[in-house]
Amino acid sequence: MARPIATTPAMQVARPPLAAQATRGPSWDGRFTVLVLFLPPALLLFTLFVVLPIGEAAWYSAFNWNGFGKPTNWIGFDNYRFVLETRAFWLALRNNGMIIAVSLCVQLPLALTLALMLAERFRGAVALRMLFFMPYILAEIATGLIFSFVYDGDYGLVASIWRSFGAEPPHLLASTDTAMLAVLIVIVWKYFGFHMMLFIAALQSIDKSLIEAARIDGATRTQSLRHVVIPLLYPTIRLSVFFAIIGSLQLFDLVMPLTRGGPADSSNTMVSFLYNNGISRMRVGYGSAIGVILFVICVTFAFTYKRWFMRDE
Amino acid sequence: MNRAETTRPPFDPAVLFRTAFLAVVAIFVLVPLLATLLGGFKSLGELRVNPFGLPQHWEWQNYADILFSGRYWQLLRNSLIISTLTVTLTLIVASMAAFTFAHVRFFGSSMLLSYLTLGLLFPAATAVLPLFIKVRDLGLLDTYFGVALPQVAFSLAMSVLLLRRFFKDIPYELLEAALVDGCSYVKFFRYVTLPLSRPILATVGTITFVNSWNAYLLPLVMLNTDALYPWPLGIMVYQGEYSSEWHLILAFITLTILPTIILFLLAQKHIVAGLTAGAVKG
Repeated sequence: MARPIATTPAMQVARPPLAAQATRGPSWDGRFTVLVLFLPPALLLFTLFVVLPIGEAAWYSAFNWNGFGKPTNWIGFDNYRFVLETRAFWLALRNNGMIIAVSLCVQLPLALTLALMLAERFRGAVALRMLFFMPYILAEIATGLIFSFVYDGDYGLVASIWRSFGAEPPHLLASTDTAMLAVLIVIVWKYFGFHMMLFIAALQSIDKSLIEAARIDGATRTQSLRHVVIPLLYPTIRLSVFFAIIGSLQLFDLVMPLTRGGPADSSNTMVSFLYNNGISRMRVGYGSAIGVILFVICVTFAFTYKRWFMRDE
Repeated sequence: MNRAETTRPPFDPAVLFRTAFLAVVAIFVLVPLLATLLGGFKSLGELRVNPFGLPQHWEWQNYADILFSGRYWQLLRNSLIISTLTVTLTLIVASMAAFTFAHVRFFGSSMLLSYLTLGLLFPAATAVLPLFIKVRDLGLLDTYFGVALPQVAFSLAMSVLLLRRFFKDIPYELLEAALVDGCSYVKFFRYVTLPLSRPILATVGTITFVNSWNAYLLPLVMLNTDALYPWPLGIMVYQGEYSSEWHLILAFITLTILPTIILFLLAQKHIVAGLTAGAVKG
């Protein structure tokens, strides 16, 4: 399918360069060559693998289909009804809400505090920045496995601490009460460094004369922090919140090695719910309906957030 | 507590608090990583009684067995092939598109650019089932390209934005002069734009590489053959096989994250720049 499209621009290359030489200057012919040669690969790949699948998800979601043959069993909006009637879906949605809450109430303040500390120059500051950023570049899968060891009730670090107090070690990931909490701690561990780096970059681009001016006017450190530095960081904070929310809606890789969404769906995110119920069982229609719901949530959120909070950027 | 501290002039309480706070966070970050590294050197029995400390007997065998098995190297090779394919294709396709958006004025240019940036708004997971069916219908299921091409498509939005912003800073007069002298757009791109853009190409390349190297969902859906698995899939299979032999799993984790950590230490600047670059979208 890709072949005929690829040959068309190739055939047209032959002529325009000559024409361009004849007329000289940034002619239409020259630009035309670039347009037909340089733009199609990106647009084709993007349309084929990103845009079309979203449209197809909307189409497939109206069928009861296992992915083989053609979708024929039209059931209208039933898949959406099934999704909304599933308790696990609402649990997943609640868990995503919890992840967002922890990102905003724990992770961002922590990242901001660390950034304010590490933006100053002192021995070891750069090394610490790198250390705190390191969890972010580790694969989610590896991070999840490391922490499933940390939480392991027999061999793990938490178990060993518990035992040293003479208590029976808990199996944190195997209990519906603690599994999600355990996942949330890993999320903070993995992502605070990213937000810290965003804040450090923003702090370093602040005009030092503003802080100096505040100091000369008699502002204390706390005052200049509260009334000068933090307001200057607002755009970055808004951006950081945006990333935290979009990131939480995509969370999947980290959950799989830790809990696979269990026990009893208590630690599913939207994407792991989609994986467990749609993909792993090849229920294409049902899974597509979940995908469409997730898509609508993401896009609605992104547009509203940009309109309300990031209009000036 | 702070007041007691101020009576000793050489100690600034703020510095003391800062040091204590940073130390706590550093321990929080480091302990799981160090315990993983050291756990790989212990026997299972020792791991149970002493998961924190240095091993009493250094069991080099755990690491040696993995390093001398074909399995570890095959996983790394597969990951390397997929990531290299993804990075190469992303850089070529994205830089060509970005060049067009930066330097060629045409009807619908801004509309097409906004179309591409739609890709930033939602995760690949939303459409992964139709994507699976598309890849299957194209006959790419269970091939490296079946993973790499969708990864390229999903990394295009960010890459094009970053590259375009950099390309736009190349003075227009330079392009104009070159065109007047009979140089074509294509030659200008090849001999002027690309050589001048090495830093941003390195940044975009690194971020794409790290994302592809760590990816789990797409390979999980697109690949069925163990022999093609990249390391995140392989390590999950390994964990399934040795479910509670944690000393082996920890050694395996350590060896598989080692390349990432080495790359991070070598290319810190590009990685930090690349992964935080989205922050200054233009």
